[in-house]
Amino acid sequence: MSFNNLDTLYRQVIMDHYKNPRNKGTLADDAITLEMNNPTCGDRIQLHFIIEDDTVIDAKFEGEGCSISLASASMMTQAVKGKQVNEALEMAQYFSQMMLGQEPETDDLELGDIQALQGVQKFPARIKCATLAWKAMEKAIDKKNE
Amino acid sequence: MCARDIRRDFPILDQEVNGYPFVYLDSAATSQKPSQVIEAVSDYYRQDNSNVHRGVHTVGTRATEAYEGARESVRSFIGASKTEEIIFTRGTTEAINLVARGYADKHIQAGDEILITQMEHHSNLIPWQQVAKRTGATLSYIPMEPDGTISLEQVRQSVTRQTKLVAITHLSNVLGTINPIADITKIVHAHGGVVLVDGAQAVPHMTVNVTALDCDFYAFSGHKMCGPTGIGVLYGKRELLEVMEPVQFGGEMIDFVELYDSTWKELPWRFEAGTPIIAGAVGLKAAIDYLTEVGYDYIEAHVAMLTDYAMKQLRALGGITIYGPEHRSGLITFNLDDVHPHDTATVLDSYGIAVRAGHHCAQPLMKWLEVTATARASFYLYNTTEDVDRLVEGLKNAKEFFGDVF
Repeated sequence: MSFNNLDTLYRQVIMDHYKNPRNKGTLADDAITLEMNNPTCGDRIQLHFIIEDDTVIDAKFEGEGCSISLASASMMTQAVKGKQVNEALEMAQYFSQMMLGQEPETDDLELGDIQALQGVQKFPARIKCATLAWKAMEKAIDKKNE
Repeated sequence: MCARDIRRDFPILDQEVNGYPFVYLDSAATSQKPSQVIEAVSDYYRQDNSNVHRGVHTVGTRATEAYEGARESVRSFIGASKTEEIIFTRGTTEAINLVARGYADKHIQAGDEILITQMEHHSNLIPWQQVAKRTGATLSYIPMEPDGTISLEQVRQSVTRQTKLVAITHLSNVLGTINPIADITKIVHAHGGVVLVDGAQAVPHMTVNVTALDCDFYAFSGHKMCGPTGIGVLYGKRELLEVMEPVQFGGEMIDFVELYDSTWKELPWRFEAGTPIIAGAVGLKAAIDYLTEVGYDYIEAHVAMLTDYAMKQLRALGGITIYGPEHRSGLITFNLDDVHPHDTATVLDSYGIAVRAGHHCAQPLMKWLEVTATARASFYLYNTTEDVDRLVEGLKNAKEFFGDVF
């Protein structure tokens, strides 16, 4: 049967990340830990980052939320792991521009699965779900720099 | 009268959303407005708009009469004995905050207790956390029964001589529980405390008589009962309002103003600083007239029929958890197994069906239910059994869509 325009939102790759989240779990106590929630809907995410020499050595997450917020968290951790901090921040910026429906420069970014979330921009009520993990990541990096 | 005729009064329902006829099942968040209310507000601005209680011109007098007429209409609607016991506010939240600041801050002190329940909306919870912090009073909770009701036995065990104020919802916005306010009030009064009732969900759905309930304060909003946003009511017993302090100061609420001191107007105006919500009050009166004309007997019976019909259909669907007691009013809070409520709501929205998803401004209650969020379908006089059928069809699609994925 046809599912309206739902397939633009719930791409197979998103549902795969939701069902089989990558990097789910916690890290050693000395990792940077940051919790963020979406107070309007109750979604909650906890990020664990290890950053050494300006590189994201490891990234894990735990949380409760909808398919979009958890898939986005899974994709985010996958995307930034092994990346330089400034690259991770660049990705976050790219991501928020993508949610605003802009078409940012992507030349030197390895976006991978993240592109699948592009359809979320057509569902304004769900943009906050998608951006939660990315905002948390920016804050986690801020925390490291403090 | 039937739901189909009533639907015609609500122009917003006559549209397509995402290519489907609009089904609005989010009236517990805010109700839709009938043409009668929309036109009353529009007519006020077209014909009678002026400031109230000042000046001597004719149109100004009409505006004052419309505003004060609305107050009298509210008085009679909720069975209050005196018009000066009706204070217009921006909504339920502002009404509760006014009592918290103006009454509780003055009359509650360290050692006293404020008693609430875990089913309260944040607007009837956070103001009391704040009063407790400011005054040093204790904030306690009447325990809930496993089915999400409050038993009078628990109330009797919880209320003591220290209990100065009990704040409780008349009708839970998540569980649909109807609390036995009149009985609770008797118990609290016997111990010398006062009772504030959050009537935001109750007033749209049932006849409320504050004299019969004998509650001390009753707060509700216009927008959930077919009225405009931005207008609400605080009812308070005269003797309590007399010892309540204004929390906003300025024009309209004063008697004499001197350089270093001022005195306040009599009730109710001392609590309505600034130009009041005149058009909102006019719209609220129109909403009261509308609901009264349709009749609460019809509204209660119709909503109860829809709720029962929906409960049966949803249970038959399977793979669904429904929260709250068997006896409930007007709303069903639920989750589909393995589908997050946001995803459920997005699927329903793609079929033109509006439901609420989230924590419903009741995070402590979500904790009690051991969920982070739920979906909620709420019904009102303009909904039909076809709306419920569409909901059930939409939920089948959500199950199928997400079932395909897993």
